[in-house]
Amino acid sequence: MAEGVNTLTDTTFDEEVGTTDGPVVVDFWAEWCGPCKMIAPILEEIATEQAGKVRVAKVNVDDNPELARRFDVMSIPTLIVFKDGAPQKRMIGAKGKGQLLQELSEYF
Amino acid sequence: MNPHLGALVTTTPVRDVLIIGAGPAGLTAAIYTARANLAPLVLEDEPSSTSEQPGGQLMLTTEVENFPGFPDGIMGPELMIRFRDQAVRFGADVVTARVSRVDLSRRPFEVWVGDPDAAEATYRARAVIVATGAQSLMLGLPREVELIGHGVSTCATCDGFFFRDQDIAVVGGGDSALEEALFLTKFARSVTLVHRRDELRASKIMQDRAFANDKINVRWNSTVTELVGDNRLERVGLRDTLTDEISDLEVSGLFVAIGHRPNTDLFKGQLEMEDTGYLVSGLGTSTNVDGVFVCGDVKDHVYRQAVTAAGSGCMAAIDAERWLEATTDHEMATETNW
Repeated sequence: MAEGVNTLTDTTFDEEVGTTDGPVVVDFWAEWCGPCKMIAPILEEIATEQAGKVRVAKVNVDDNPELARRFDVMSIPTLIVFKDGAPQKRMIGAKGKGQLLQELSEYF
Repeated sequence: MNPHLGALVTTTPVRDVLIIGAGPAGLTAAIYTARANLAPLVLEDEPSSTSEQPGGQLMLTTEVENFPGFPDGIMGPELMIRFRDQAVRFGADVVTARVSRVDLSRRPFEVWVGDPDAAEATYRARAVIVATGAQSLMLGLPREVELIGHGVSTCATCDGFFFRDQDIAVVGGGDSALEEALFLTKFARSVTLVHRRDELRASKIMQDRAFANDKINVRWNSTVTELVGDNRLERVGLRDTLTDEISDLEVSGLFVAIGHRPNTDLFKGQLEMEDTGYLVSGLGTSTNVDGVFVCGDVKDHVYRQAVTAAGSGCMAAIDAERWLEATTDHEMATETNW
């Protein structure tokens, strides 16, 4: 998986997340969700600042309803941390950068 | 440096105007004070999925149809981005941070973000405009917080999509409740409006729209007493307010729109407030503390509109500007007397 924020889809998700070493933070979001837009720039910053430690990716739930269903996403933004393709941690709702970094700190 | 100041010596610069809150009221106050060359600092709070966030309650809405100047409507978050851009264009500084403490007991006023016990305040200002808004009330039931994101939602526009072809409930009887119910009919199979009385408080136009919608039905005289479900909401318990009869309603989603409470915890013991927590303003937007002004929903439980919040933000800016003009000369004279 590349640096920066990667866009994942129903068809690319398993290969991308399954073959990535280390944790991947996946942001489930949509265009019509105000709080999702607020955290998008924060995730971009985290992707840059923590490059090499965590990967960051996003899934548009409008375009990829299969993934949202599979991971039981019922509220966005939802962030799920994956390791070796399996979900490890789930964070529901928009949060500030400080709080996000704190909740993700075990992966840095 | 004045030797008498002793421990009070601080290096934190003093701004003319500090605005707490970045909804329609705070950002309008920012536009006006920025255009008056007062270089306002806006503390806009941190992102969240409740209305306590930059942009405020409009960040959780979809189409705003009644903001003048937008005949085709505009999305709530888009409108707030425009407010913010306009304030920044005229020189407002916007900082993404939550205020943890204020000291309005002496001037310049002091404001902390982060550690509220830090010896030195983060910001100091001659005038403060309070525009912290209001947030939606929750039911306060056991398991409510734990089920957020698992059936209980604080944001219909964020989460409605996930309830396609499901049965869901909205609690409340005002315009916000009907707006949410109508929005949710786009996705849900049925929307049950749970209301504690036998008539709605909502406006006529919203009631007409709701009653005309086949997907919406109403459970009158009912309150939610229980949230049931293991990993996700499966049903809610209802109590009939007339007969005390208990019943179950099978729903996978619950949206709560039972009113608001003002975000005034920061100001307890410092600014005069009503029993309900709403701030009290005197003439215009003034408060019991000289130099502190208040605007928007944090002092308004009657109108609560984007346009009225913006209007009172403008008033607060003008009041603050005039107050600064009137007091600055006097304070400078005091300083030279030392």
